[in-house]
Amino acid sequence: MGFLELTSLTKTFGTETVLDGVSLSVPEGGTLVLFGKSGAGKTVLLRSVAGAIEPDGGTILIGSEDVTDVPPEYRGIGMAFQNFALFPHMSAYDNIASSLTSKRMSASEIRTKVQAVAELLKIEHVLSHAPKALSNGQKQRTALARALVSEPRVLLLDDPLRNVDAKLRFEMRLELPRLLADRGATIIYVTQDYKEAMALGDRIAVLDQGKIVQIGSPADIYRRPANTQIAQLFGDPTINLLDIVPKEDERGLHGFISDQRVDFHGRFPGVAGRDCIVGLRPEALSFTETGGFPVTIEAVTPFNEKTVTLVTTLRGREILLSQPAQDPVPAGPEVNLGIAAQDAILFDRATGDRIAPEPDGNRVEEAA
Amino acid sequence: MDHTSFLERWFRRAALTVIIIFFMFPIFWIVLMSLQTNETILRSPPSMSFAPTLDNYTAILAGRLDSNVASMGIDFVNNLMNSIILSVCSVAVALALGVPAAYAFARHKFRGSEDIAFTLLSFRFAPPLLVLLPLTLYFQEIGLADTYLGLVWVYQLICLPLILWIVRGYFEDISPDIEYAYRIAGHSWFSTFRKIALPLAGPGIAAAGLLAFIFAWNNFIFALVLASADKQPVTVGALAFVTASGIQYGQIAAAIVLSIAPTLALALWAQRYLVEGLSLGAVKG
Repeated sequence: MGFLELTSLTKTFGTETVLDGVSLSVPEGGTLVLFGKSGAGKTVLLRSVAGAIEPDGGTILIGSEDVTDVPPEYRGIGMAFQNFALFPHMSAYDNIASSLTSKRMSASEIRTKVQAVAELLKIEHVLSHAPKALSNGQKQRTALARALVSEPRVLLLDDPLRNVDAKLRFEMRLELPRLLADRGATIIYVTQDYKEAMALGDRIAVLDQGKIVQIGSPADIYRRPANTQIAQLFGDPTINLLDIVPKEDERGLHGFISDQRVDFHGRFPGVAGRDCIVGLRPEALSFTETGGFPVTIEAVTPFNEKTVTLVTTLRGREILLSQPAQDPVPAGPEVNLGIAAQDAILFDRATGDRIAPEPDGNRVEEAA
Repeated sequence: MDHTSFLERWFRRAALTVIIIFFMFPIFWIVLMSLQTNETILRSPPSMSFAPTLDNYTAILAGRLDSNVASMGIDFVNNLMNSIILSVCSVAVALALGVPAAYAFARHKFRGSEDIAFTLLSFRFAPPLLVLLPLTLYFQEIGLADTYLGLVWVYQLICLPLILWIVRGYFEDISPDIEYAYRIAGHSWFSTFRKIALPLAGPGIAAAGLLAFIFAWNNFIFALVLASADKQPVTVGALAFVTASGIQYGQIAAAIVLSIAPTLALALWAQRYLVEGLSLGAVKG
């Protein structure tokens, strides 16, 4: 049982169901990243936990205490809002101190704590400024400081890096995990940026239309996405999705790309002959001298750390390939692409859901 | 603004001048009148040259109205005090009731909240006289006729809807996130209302209060029907200047100047809060 436990939370606004029976569990000190497109219900879920929105049904437990009907001020939560929600008529110092003034605490104690957190977030030189005199990055740090300063048991971060510029977002993406880990709080972190999700989460919950479609470790979600939509959301460049109708013979399930056989790793009973989609991560592909399937190089785009190459198969289907920048791109245009069998992900074309291979245990049983 | 041509700027200035003259001239003329005797006011053609006199002001403040026929007492100072008492109390009561109500209407959508808010606004639709005649009978019955309490109560028909609807808009403009942030920081809803909502809606409350004060100050019909001589505000008291022997233009003008003064002073004082509020509102969350 987790420290923060949500059980079948539902919320509707008018006829629109925003949360549809969401259940979640975050262990004490763990970080859960809530990932999804805008409108998926992430913010509503977060606000329900904070007490700013009253769910229609379900329960919220914090440390095995039912807080579903507890007013927000008694929940012991720290929250950073996406729009910062700083108090415009108070200085940055008073904004941060507002989390402490509600508690029995002397003025000097408050000053020490505010100073400490401001130093940590490098905003001690702007503490006397009003929010309108702060840059976006400073506003974001002030909002974060306000959430952190009271050392809450549960920390809710609603896309805190959304409204800051790219450079700062990159810095904070590196800095935040350490900062948050030091706090020891149980964290829910909302984001739309898959890199942030991968960097920060022990576990990632993917929310779509008010439902959790997948929950797992970052590696899990990347390697075994529950459906094509999630597969496309995680990864840059995005995963290659090719229509395929797999066949089965004594060597197992396989499909054809550019008329060349591509094997699938594992057992897939009943999949042969169905309309499927094969997902190939751009970085799982590589140029080979021998084997693989023939393609034509269309365009090579070098980035600093990687080179992305667009190729087409014999049938004209486009595939993206990503490799480290130092690896050479062979002189084209006719080349061969190789793929490791375990990196090919199979989806059902009708539903978009991933078709998981049967566990190895089954194979042993059937062989026996 | 760099692209405005000379002609456009010239037109703008001309238009501004016309507007200022249009609005300021009557006030300017009244100030001039208040410094003249009835004879110089009424001469034809009117002239700007006269020997200024403060007789009108001293007559009003002393409470003696001297005409060429007779001398009669008026109670302008008392009327002025009544105006101040009635307007200040009405606005104070309306703020005390209207601001929390406006907050409730802005933040909590409960069953029938829109209907109640609209009903309060509808107080301003009905012709006052329609309400006043039955009200007079009731007030005489329960002993509220000709009391400050009764008048302040009736003045709520003017002040309360105004404050409620203006302030409600200001509360709605405050991002609810800001209030949630304060509550999540551990503060009760009441201290959130006091420390966040009230200061942020402050300029709106000042504007609404000022408007309500002006409306209450200028009200005529309620006091005319419900108040006797010793409770009358200046608007009703000014009727005394229409005497059997003619209209005392000079004294009326002086009375007008004196009765504009408090509202004008209040407006000038409140102005800085209004401007400050505009710049605060420009800050996004």
